[in-house]
Amino acid sequence: MSKVIKNGRIVNDDWQILTVAEGEEAETLDVPAGRVIVPLATWLARREELAARGDVGVWFASHEGPEALADDIGRIAVIAVNFPKFVDGRGYSTAALLRTRYGYTGQLIAFGEVLRDQFKYLTRCGFDTLQPREGRYTDTQLDAAVASLADFTEPYQASVLHPQPLFRRVARAGVKA
Amino acid sequence: MYRYDAYDQKLVDERVAQFRDQMRRHLAGELSDDEFRPVRLQNGLYIQRHAPMFRVSIPYGHLASRQLRKLAELARTYDKGYVHFTTRQNVQFNWSPLEVIPEMCAELAKVEMHSIQTSGNCIRNFTSDPFAGVAGDELIDPRPWAEILRQWATFHPEFAYLPRKFKIAVNGAQEDRAVIQVHDIGLDLKKNEAGEIGFRILVGGGLGRTPIIGREIESFIPWQHIITYCEAILRVYNRYGRRDNSFKARIKILVSALGIDEFRWQVREEWAHVKDGPNTLTVEEVHRVADFFEDPAYEALPADDVGYHHHIAEDLAFASWVKRNVRAHKKPGYASVVLSLKKPGVPPGDITSEQLELVADWADRFSFGEARVTHEQNLVFADVKKSELHTLWQLARKAGLATPNIGLLTDIICCPGGDFCSLANAKSIPIAAAIQERFDDLDYLHDIGDIEINISGCMNACGHHHVGHIGILGVDKNGEEWYQVTIGGSQGNHAAIGKVIGPSFARAEMPDVISELIETYIEERHEDELFIDTVRRIGLDPFKTRVYADRQPHRKVANV
Repeated sequence: MSKVIKNGRIVNDDWQILTVAEGEEAETLDVPAGRVIVPLATWLARREELAARGDVGVWFASHEGPEALADDIGRIAVIAVNFPKFVDGRGYSTAALLRTRYGYTGQLIAFGEVLRDQFKYLTRCGFDTLQPREGRYTDTQLDAAVASLADFTEPYQASVLHPQPLFRRVARAGVKA
Repeated sequence: MYRYDAYDQKLVDERVAQFRDQMRRHLAGELSDDEFRPVRLQNGLYIQRHAPMFRVSIPYGHLASRQLRKLAELARTYDKGYVHFTTRQNVQFNWSPLEVIPEMCAELAKVEMHSIQTSGNCIRNFTSDPFAGVAGDELIDPRPWAEILRQWATFHPEFAYLPRKFKIAVNGAQEDRAVIQVHDIGLDLKKNEAGEIGFRILVGGGLGRTPIIGREIESFIPWQHIITYCEAILRVYNRYGRRDNSFKARIKILVSALGIDEFRWQVREEWAHVKDGPNTLTVEEVHRVADFFEDPAYEALPADDVGYHHHIAEDLAFASWVKRNVRAHKKPGYASVVLSLKKPGVPPGDITSEQLELVADWADRFSFGEARVTHEQNLVFADVKKSELHTLWQLARKAGLATPNIGLLTDIICCPGGDFCSLANAKSIPIAAAIQERFDDLDYLHDIGDIEINISGCMNACGHHHVGHIGILGVDKNGEEWYQVTIGGSQGNHAAIGKVIGPSFARAEMPDVISELIETYIEERHEDELFIDTVRRIGLDPFKTRVYADRQPHRKVANV
């Protein structure tokens, strides 16, 4: 059970993210019962079996893109994206694509090196769940992080959270104002 | 120039509050050095050799007088009383203590300035033509487009953690004065046959470790689509640019690896999805921004001013300054003025608080309250009446800002180098100083004519050495500073990467080396031929032969 920020609230999340340990193969990974999130390769190898369960999610490594799941979007319980390093920004594009191109509306988790100073960008790209490493933040810090989601009120560009750019959302003052 | 509305101001104010909190957490030990790094870099804050370096954004190089005064005040209050203008039209403080930076950000916000995305692996400041709006060869004013794109790039949530930094330049004139060919994206405004505005788009240019001239990805993209097209380029780069090796992470490496045709295909694939989406620009928004760049209230003046010509005839020093530092203007009776920040003995691009305040006063008095920064690290007054040039010159001369050397050998582009920068392999300012000292005869400088010497203290090429007619690159050899020389580089429409002439030189040799290159040019040149023309015509060999003729014996020892 890990503490996550989901839709702007701190909650306990019981999704279990399965990783491939040394000596294991993604394709033959032991997938236990319950709410589990499997690596993309595991899903692709056994999609019918796993999709039939209805409680299996998929996670992307940072180099993996959503194209691979285009046909499965409707039958995946949850999608997660790993941030192996916080400077690896590929996951932002993965999220934006899942939301804007592949029509994914379910829970979208950012996990790994997910730092509070990135929360705002992550949510704007479509992540609704932020899962920092276990023990990374104290409860007080998590509270402050949730509050910081409101740091910026009106961003310029269109994103998942604001589908219209500022120049289409509001009437802006010109030089004559 | 552009003025913030309530939304622009709020974003900048919110950023100040956020950065204050981040700094507080860093100082309290909650934010480790590693985690603080991208946060501080995206606020322009580097940890340097002696003190932090703080880089402030000057979008497309435009400064209002109140902003100049604020820079002066900050330099005086929090620094050592001077600032440094950079080759990307930004400004840097070199000595401000870490903990005061949020306060400086707050002060900057009061005059509509910020340091957002002046460093880090994100979209950096947009650069453009310092003579935008006043140049006779301008086709389309690039500034509204640079401002529109600046807003799009600011806090873009998807592109804040790119593989590497990303620089975009916009040109709207016949002659490219924004060096668009060596930017990650170079935008060239043009009109199609139907008279519609759009962009020729270059991609994958850059200096640094692997200098490459940008390739044309599109010959014409209509203006409505410029944001979505840039977004498609950025998304392909963010997803597929290399992240395993920071030396191979710029977009130019991806473009080279895929080839421009395959890269274009991928971008167009992506663009097909986002084209005509919400980021498509509207006429209303373009007009709203463009209105800020309307011409100032020019007076109707005769093309020629009698007094001005009288001063030129009477005053040789003034005439010499006019020849080098005054440029033609699109309006009769007006001219543009370049204030040289290349006075020999002063580090190129440096200016004191007192000088900044004078420049602000002169901007108010002579040039509609505005000044501009050039990528050659000088300042420009775009709109000065010819009748007031002599007065301005007298004031500038008194303040040490009227060195008549624009475009001449002593107008050296130079990064801060090893004196300040922790990335540098070697010092660059003393090299510039030694060369300026060697060439102190103004008649000789005028005889040599237009020539660009660019100096970088390391591979990162902040001094744009690759595109200097003579480029000087500081290299480290077993802990010693050496200098590699290239010739034949150039910026502008015929941008080219210079070629290395041979083994590098010790610092003390550099003035001699430059002298020998110049002497070779003087001997070989045809009438009316500039240094770069001669290099293009006769190639490297005569220069090499001359420079290395007397140096062979000790070269073997020196070049380990």
